[in-house]
Amino acid sequence: MSTRVGVITFPGSLDDRDAQRAVRAVGAEAVALWHGDHDLQGVDAIVLPGGFSYGDYLRAGAIASHAPIMAEVIDAANRGVPVLGICNGFQMLAEARLVPGAHTRNAHQQFIRRDQKLRVENASTAWTSDFTTGDEIVVPLKNADGRYIADAETIARIEGNGQVVFRYVDVNPNGSFNDIAGVSNERGNVVGLMPHPEHATELGFGPDTELAMRNGTDGLKFFTSALSAVLAH
Amino acid sequence: MPTIVVEVMPKAELLDPQGKAVSGALTRLGKPEFASVRIGKRFEVTVEGEVTNAMLAEVRELAVDMFSNSVIEDVVSVTVAEPVEAQ
Repeated sequence: MSTRVGVITFPGSLDDRDAQRAVRAVGAEAVALWHGDHDLQGVDAIVLPGGFSYGDYLRAGAIASHAPIMAEVIDAANRGVPVLGICNGFQMLAEARLVPGAHTRNAHQQFIRRDQKLRVENASTAWTSDFTTGDEIVVPLKNADGRYIADAETIARIEGNGQVVFRYVDVNPNGSFNDIAGVSNERGNVVGLMPHPEHATELGFGPDTELAMRNGTDGLKFFTSALSAVLAH
Repeated sequence: MPTIVVEVMPKAELLDPQGKAVSGALTRLGKPEFASVRIGKRFEVTVEGEVTNAMLAEVRELAVDMFSNSVIEDVVSVTVAEPVEAQ
């Protein structure tokens, strides 16, 4: 039986189908989950996709973090189930306190969309084990509220613990503290990042590479890593 | 109906891009005497019946847990609005 990865759709999710497609690209079964249910349908891993849930009202991800299904997501996260939050999903993870820190409006106050270079800072999380620490990858980034913030004590703690999983390289696109693009919980099964790995999983639809246009597939390893984590769990 | 008012502000030490944008506009309008602007949020929670102490305590809790995010914001006040006479 193939590994089942749930992708939760919230009101205002935009990239849920892209995330499902990425899951299928690595040979897993994508299971569509609904925010209003109290049911994870027994999935082995969970993706909180990007978008603008509830129009970013209150704070980005804040209202979605109180959705019915988040009770089950929090339980699953605490059991060690791999959970990936992408962009708005990262904001939800932070609002739900599943990962440290918070997000504010980009420092330059503008929405930004670019193919973003990242460095993998920790290749031992559930979503990065197929990378090597220090790998540089390119995945699309697109957000308005992407500035990662935490107090100095928290930043020092997560830097020390290896909970900074991805860092922006060359350009810090939003003023995030310490160029932080993605973080994990202490256990490493919950990972959130602002850039979109699910948009870099298919030839012809990813970021440009030196070899060809739109052929970047650096995002695939996020999903293959999760499959390994499920098998090892 | 009675109203409980919650005011939330971005933490003083953090950049407030909205406030900065408005502040920039004031400078461009020739009002340099207004040195800076910070923008927060005001929540008006209307209540069925009387405001009880228990209700106020619950709103204080909601203000911290949901209306604001303590990483980036402070709850500056939770008050019961003065009743306004009908015009």
